[in-house]
Amino acid sequence: MQLNELLRELFSDDYEINYQGDVVAGTGTIDEQQLAIIGTTAHATIGIETALLLAQHVLTVVRSHPGRPILLLVDTQGQRLSRRDELLGAHGYLAHLSKCLEVARKQGNYLVSLVYGEGVSGGFLSFGMMADEIHALPDAQIRVMGLPAMARVMKIPLERLQALSASSPVFAPGIENFLRLGGVDSIWPHRLSNHLRTALKRAQEHGKYEQARTGRRQLADNVIKRVREDSA
Amino acid sequence: MSPSLAAHSFYEANARQRVAALLDTGSFQELLGPQERVTSPHLRKLELPVAFDDGVIIGTGLLGGNKVLIAAQEDGFMGGSVGEVHGAKITGLLQRALASRPQGVLLLLDSGGVRLHEANAGLIAVAHILRGILQLRHAGIPCIALIGGTNGCFGGMGIVARCCDTVIMSEEGRLGLSGPEVIETVAGVEEFDARDRALVWRTVGGKQRYLLGEAQRLVPDDIAAFRAAALAALTLSSSFDLSALEAEHVVLENRLARFGDCSDTLEIWNRMGLPDAEQLPLLDNEAFLAVATTIQSRRGA
Repeated sequence: MQLNELLRELFSDDYEINYQGDVVAGTGTIDEQQLAIIGTTAHATIGIETALLLAQHVLTVVRSHPGRPILLLVDTQGQRLSRRDELLGAHGYLAHLSKCLEVARKQGNYLVSLVYGEGVSGGFLSFGMMADEIHALPDAQIRVMGLPAMARVMKIPLERLQALSASSPVFAPGIENFLRLGGVDSIWPHRLSNHLRTALKRAQEHGKYEQARTGRRQLADNVIKRVREDSA
Repeated sequence: MSPSLAAHSFYEANARQRVAALLDTGSFQELLGPQERVTSPHLRKLELPVAFDDGVIIGTGLLGGNKVLIAAQEDGFMGGSVGEVHGAKITGLLQRALASRPQGVLLLLDSGGVRLHEANAGLIAVAHILRGILQLRHAGIPCIALIGGTNGCFGGMGIVARCCDTVIMSEEGRLGLSGPEVIETVAGVEEFDARDRALVWRTVGGKQRYLLGEAQRLVPDDIAAFRAAALAALTLSSSFDLSALEAEHVVLENRLARFGDCSDTLEIWNRMGLPDAEQLPLLDNEAFLAVATTIQSRRGA
């Protein structure tokens, strides 16, 4: 879905947004509540400049608008694969973005993220995955890596991976798979503003994402519980 | 290398040896050890070998008499990659730390990042680890990343490292987001020649990371040196709030403004005012730190 179309569905005409390259930021109003909007568009690659700009928007909202919820609009094809970015410490810039979002959340600027385009790898991890609530549109794409590239790196024939991906949600791209594994809370098929209302309410009422998505990954949850509680 | 030397090298040791030598003698108690045989069902499905610890060792121990929790990724199994069980063990350890409030949490990171064979579960696991670390930061429990192994520390684990209070590296350590091999495979050898070892270490190695401010301590490749640095870091719980992040933001902005047009570390080091920058990769740890100190005092840092 195009960003303008998405914003109209969420806020009717009650929003204002600015573009700086692939980064978007602004405000939207729903039920007389102001939300901050921060995100990317055009399947942005998250380079260090992008990460820094996103972090700047987060810090500004936390500093200037205590308690204002933030809607994170996710559309990224992942981190920029660049030797120059690595040279300058790309991991440090993405970590900074994650830390800014965590402090926002902790200070009461609740975070709802919506994957409306692509959510890929490190670009998704350091941004959209840090939210209290993580949702996706039906035509969104979420993945760590596409199957053909995966086949090359893993040295497993593509046909084998395609066959396996039909039965296992654990490595194949797709929002349904992330939904089954608890990486995404829900998919919003239509009436998006209603879903946003519900997500905001849940984020504010609970604000405890660390427990929110348990129960969908039995294996991981069981291991976490054993390690947490076993006597050494 | 003689056996006694090898026993002390962090780089040469495996995860179990690192943990044993890092902590007070005999103090390590493993949680969910190999005898429990919690292996990856996803690797089994692909008919690939599994490990009884899924490539990470976790437990409790003492460091200079201080109670710590520790995780060490095994470089020899699937590149230290984070699968579902591997990630859940680390997440469980971090949650345990939140409840038991040890003097610190040590993460011996040696990983290429998410395990592609279970990529979705791995990415979600890294997100949980990231959150777990940040919860500990809020709680004021020092998190210390130690990086000096054969895989380096890349992918999501590179982000995890920089969410810790302190990053300790050796010259041999590498820290970044996208590993050189990944960049070469996807973006081409002209973007990053992963087989050019001098280029790799000059770009993402310990010395570069230390001078850039991405690592707080640079130590020789010796487990005893890592131990001493980790012990000192137990008293360093850095503040984690809006003001601290605004300050970090300025640092990262300044770095980009100062060095954003550099295409090689030597340019950065020259611009920092380091004499004989091209000789720096050759210096031993002590001599290198002596040179580094001169620019840090000049900067007033």
